[in-house]
Amino acid sequence: MTLWTLIIVASLIVLVEKLAGYLVPPAFFEKTAPRRVSGLLTVALLSALVAVNTVTTNQQIVLDARLPAIALACVLFALRVPFIVVLIAAALCAALLRLAGLGV
Amino acid sequence: MRSALSVAIAVSAYGVSFGALSVAAGLDVWQTCVLSLLMFSGGSQFALIGLVASGGLSAAPAAIAASALLGSRNTLYSIRMSPIIGPGFFKRVAAGWITIDESTAVSTVQPDLQSQRLGFWVTGIGIFVGWNLTSLAGALLGNLLGDVRQYGLDAAAAAAFLGLVWPRLKQLQPVVVAVAAAVVAAVVTPWVPPGIPIIAAAVVALVIGVTDWFGKNEEMIW
Repeated sequence: MTLWTLIIVASLIVLVEKLAGYLVPPAFFEKTAPRRVSGLLTVALLSALVAVNTVTTNQQIVLDARLPAIALACVLFALRVPFIVVLIAAALCAALLRLAGLGV
Repeated sequence: MRSALSVAIAVSAYGVSFGALSVAAGLDVWQTCVLSLLMFSGGSQFALIGLVASGGLSAAPAAIAASALLGSRNTLYSIRMSPIIGPGFFKRVAAGWITIDESTAVSTVQPDLQSQRLGFWVTGIGIFVGWNLTSLAGALLGNLLGDVRQYGLDAAAAAAFLGLVWPRLKQLQPVVVAVAAAVVAAVVTPWVPPGIPIIAAAVVALVIGVTDWFGKNEEMIW
């Protein structure tokens, strides 16, 4: 297998995965249970992405400057601070902590 | 609209680091561009180049499996988006192409169908254009940027997902799901292959959703 084959095969699989969900008949979602489940799926997937991006690195649990940055982001979102401002604040928080040699 | 554009800009900035890391992993500029155009799913792309960087072509099966596992959540997203997008073959293929974390998330937090559609297309197309341009730029820049962590961009990525889930946490049930999903995903990470923690979190939502655990029982027939 060449690098090109790998790239094309993997890319097509991921693309087909995206298209597959559009084949499920929409009528299925008019029932209450599927609608509730799909709403909760969004919450679960996003929360998992927050957790994985905050406390893991290369499949290990790593607690570092990202954790205080996310704690700060929680407070700012609770105070209804605009999205992009929170992102910049979180990045600055992590960057400054690392600059200070804290929490790496 | 504003959240859609700020998400698009924030995520696109991350494309620079993907491009730079991809070239460092041994891919050329064209291969990096094909990944961003065709695969177009950040997590899957990072997983693929991460495995190629560590094991070269001998890691090819693992690289395909990891990118497919990480991409499998996009199927859940496209199931979610399907009724919002509506009919039309080419429209649905185009929507499928740009069905990713961010476009789905921005769309599903909007209050009505029209803004859900607008949020999806603006975020999806915005990120598609931005991500491809910045990953090309990153590939050309190579390693000049250095470690993105020193700018705190990894924390900003996590904060972006937090900001997307935040508006949905207004009732007990979604809060329970969010906390349980986050804990499950983090705890299983050291023990399972990449991508599986996200799927495990989806199972949490399925279990709580199907049983309507912590729900308000509003559909109960008296």
